[in-house]
Amino acid sequence: MSTAVAQKKGFGAFLWDYLTTVDHKKIAHLYLVSGGLFFLLGGLEAMIIRIQLMKPDNEFISAGLYNEMLTMHGTTMIFLAAMPLIFALMNAVVPLQIGARDVAFPFLNSLGFWLFLAGGVILNCSWFMGGAPDAGWTAYAPLSTTSPGHGVDFYVIGLQIAGAGTLIGGINFLVTIVNMRAPGMSYMRMPLFTWAVFVTSTLILFAFPALTVGLFLMMFDRMFGSAFFDVNAGGNVIIWEHLFWIFGHPEVYILILPLFGAFSDIFSTFSKKRLFGYSAMVFATVLIGFLGFMVWAHHMFTTGMGPVANSIFAVTTMAIAVPTGIKIFNWLFTMWGGAIRMTTAMLWSIAFIPTFTIGGMTGVMLASAAADYQYHDTYFVVAHFHYVIVGGVVFGIFASLHYWWPKMFGKVLNEKLGKLTFWPFFIGFHLTFFIQHFLGLMGMPRRYWKFLEGQGLETGNMISSIGAFFMAFGTIVFLINVVYTAVKEEKAPADPYDGRTLEWSIPSPPPFYNFKQTPLVRGLDPLWVEKSEGKKGMTPAEPLGDIHMPNSSILPFVMSLGLFIAGFGFIYQVDNIAWLSLVFIGMGITLGCMLIRSVKDDLGYHVHKEDLEEEGGH
Amino acid sequence: MKGWMGKFRALFLFSSLALVLSGCGKENLSALKPEGYGAEVILDLMILSIAIMVFVFIVVMAIYTFVLVRYRAKKGQENYIPKQTEGNKALEIIWTVIPIILLLVLAVPTVQATFDLAEESTKKSDIQVEVTGSQFWWHFEYKGQEISTSQDLYIPEGERVYLTMKSSDVIHSFWVPSIAGKVDTNPGDNENSMYLEAYEEGVYWGHCAELCGPAHSLMDFRVVVVSPEEFEQWVNDMKNVDPKAEPETTVAQEGQELFQNNCLSCHAIGSAPKGVGPNLTNFGDRTKIAGILEPTKENLVDWIVNPDEFKPGNNMPSNLVSEEEASKIAEYLMQLQPSKITPESAKE
Ligand code: HEC
Ligand SMILES: [Cu+2]
Repeated sequence: MSTAVAQKKGFGAFLWDYLTTVDHKKIAHLYLVSGGLFFLLGGLEAMIIRIQLMKPDNEFISAGLYNEMLTMHGTTMIFLAAMPLIFALMNAVVPLQIGARDVAFPFLNSLGFWLFLAGGVILNCSWFMGGAPDAGWTAYAPLSTTSPGHGVDFYVIGLQIAGAGTLIGGINFLVTIVNMRAPGMSYMRMPLFTWAVFVTSTLILFAFPALTVGLFLMMFDRMFGSAFFDVNAGGNVIIWEHLFWIFGHPEVYILILPLFGAFSDIFSTFSKKRLFGYSAMVFATVLIGFLGFMVWAHHMFTTGMGPVANSIFAVTTMAIAVPTGIKIFNWLFTMWGGAIRMTTAMLWSIAFIPTFTIGGMTGVMLASAAADYQYHDTYFVVAHFHYVIVGGVVFGIFASLHYWWPKMFGKVLNEKLGKLTFWPFFIGFHLTFFIQHFLGLMGMPRRYWKFLEGQGLETGNMISSIGAFFMAFGTIVFLINVVYTAVKEEKAPADPYDGRTLEWSIPSPPPFYNFKQTPLVRGLDPLWVEKSEGKKGMTPAEPLGDIHMPNSSILPFVMSLGLFIAGFGFIYQVDNIAWLSLVFIGMGITLGCMLIRSVKDDLGYHVHKEDLEEEGGH
Repeated sequence: MKGWMGKFRALFLFSSLALVLSGCGKENLSALKPEGYGAEVILDLMILSIAIMVFVFIVVMAIYTFVLVRYRAKKGQENYIPKQTEGNKALEIIWTVIPIILLLVLAVPTVQATFDLAEESTKKSDIQVEVTGSQFWWHFEYKGQEISTSQDLYIPEGERVYLTMKSSDVIHSFWVPSIAGKVDTNPGDNENSMYLEAYEEGVYWGHCAELCGPAHSLMDFRVVVVSPEEFEQWVNDMKNVDPKAEPETTVAQEGQELFQNNCLSCHAIGSAPKGVGPNLTNFGDRTKIAGILEPTKENLVDWIVNPDEFKPGNNMPSNLVSEEEASKIAEYLMQLQPSKITPESAKE
């Protein structure tokens, strides 16, 4: 729909529309496109890594460039691909699932996106401005604090800005879910996806500040001569590891929980069954989120924390397997007795179960502190976290995109191409990563630019690299599918899959105000409840009336632009004090925008009842 | 540790698993072919955890396969509405309690092993080595013995050798997969410790396992395990090295002088505190040059002239001497063989 309108209005208007939009559905598009582009970039970096490791003693890229590649691959995939893609789904779906017309803070929603994009672009500018960061996505001090050049500065500033965006986004969704649910949508009637987003947003709220603090300390060390991580001046490098993982471990759950939610919705829809053990699922989600904060130090078993701390963190980590197991069994029993339809979305979800189970199992193995002395920092760990992050998060994103594509873009993705995306990607994934468990145990540490001949690592690495090409092929087919579907497929109905939740009760894609009348929710799976009583759609909870909508605004974009400019100022003022002027200009722009936003009343506008009635005509 | 594992080992599943795993990797490098106490304790733990996990996986996959085969929507059933079950208390309790029990089965030996491997030296007579990681090489100092070496760590078979670990620059991680697990070397006061107890004589491969810069993947070292008698002999020989000893050939003598003028600022010969570069006291016996190159004269000359070509970003300057001079120095360095105990002795 939006593209059709755009053609009428011209490209300039289309661009302006997206630059200023505060509509959660359009912000979802923005997140999807930019997250998607970063995903391709991170994928390209991964391919370069796999080509370098195809044979022993390879000189395809230099050692320095390799370290930049592995750092940027990790950082990009986590912060610039997975996070925004999840935010795309959150934006596209959550307000619809709770029967809301927008999020609680539409302006902040837009600001969150533009901050993320500003951070992501800064980080990637490093490639063209003297080299990317090279200390790993974990940026352990003092390797990071002493890394020459500006690479790590880009990491610090880029993530700081992008992280602020994420934090804002998290708070926004928290408030949205607490405050904006339709009448009757009690907590225990929320779809699992919404529940998961609720927990994830809480995790963001508590986890990201640790990263923010860590990044500030590192920024001061690198740019302003402080010595938090300089052991020669009384600093301590282990503090960074703690700060990073206090953020980093919950981050893993921030990534996976929303997709656990999505899988729950998908399993239930395509089995035509209510989710098995709904309250246990909710409980498990909350418990995983809670325990997620208790386990960070399992990333640090070899740091030298001593046997007491190692044992405690080993046991808490193992405990997480329990709620995760509950989820796996509940999904299986959701399908049990159902009528399973093998759509592409379902295929990805089905593939997720064994893949993620393997990832979870290696997780428990890694939790065994003493055994981790062997696994740690080897390809075993690389295999493990790709099994959970690709097998859980990426499979989940693909599943969700196939599932909600009609709600986002008004068309169902082509099924044939969907399956042609799935199979190469799925097979390639296992080819690439299964063997890496063994590579690790056979003595191959991670982040190795080269492995040498005669260590028995040749075959495994070759297989792994071949698998990567299959995954790349699958991804390309997905891109083709997106174009093909946009051009060839027909417009989707409101409810193409016999859905159960509120988003399927309104047109695909929904009108900009989502619900003409706020629906009345009468149970879990509200649409299903109505359908099973023979009704076509939701019962409204209010008479038709004027709808209050927020105004578009360019301020979020300009504010982010200000920080973008200031970011470069911070990075380069180390070389020449004159660069500080950029800091002042940039911060001036941002603070100016904040001032405008504070003093100027922006009360939004109303869509009038008469117009709504007219629209109802067609 | 051994006791409870002994019982389990009898189980078919375990032994077959062990068999499959031991098919993997080189024996002086693979964590799956333990040649030392730490590695063995850990492999036992791995096998226990794999067995539990394989059991869980089989259960999950059995239900999974059944569900997918049995409950696919059939043609002509498009309007069939399955029963909307809410849940099942009994089942939910089962799949909460059983995993908890399984995890306890793993948690107890995990904690035991974690404490077991954290044992520290109690006796003065223990062999203690101070390990220092540096970009991109390893330094070893034998406490109370006034012996310093680099790159090749000599230890006696069957004895616990206690290591204290630190770093002179960034974080590294000391890993000898077939003898023990790994421990990070931290800069500053965060010193760590671990012990090695090797079962078999041999030369074992070690890696740096924490990203430490461009040549991280080339920061290899060896642990040379010799018999206790050989070790004693080696210690004696190393203690009695004369750092200034005149080499026999004239070329080597010229090499010695060139070395003293160009290289001694970073490289010590004889017992000395860790310098900027590796200690070269027994360089002639090195298993590899700089941890990675075959110890031939040709390689050595190439290394001396242009170390950066082999280990990008390392801290030895290139082109300190001409190729001709390097060749003389090489002659000198290769004959630095203060002890009859060499990596060759470990192989017998
Ligand atoms: C500025 C200090 C410095 C100087 C001067 C220096 N080196 Fe080095 N050298 C190093 C460092 C550091 C290493 C370790 C490189 C690595 O493996 O990362 C090294 C490694 C070596 C090695 C390999 C050691 C081993 O244990 O395998 C040899 C041989 C060597 N240097 C020879 C020389 C010679 C000969 C000279 C004089 C021409 C010389 N070095 C001068 C710093 C120096
Ligand atoms: Cu290292």
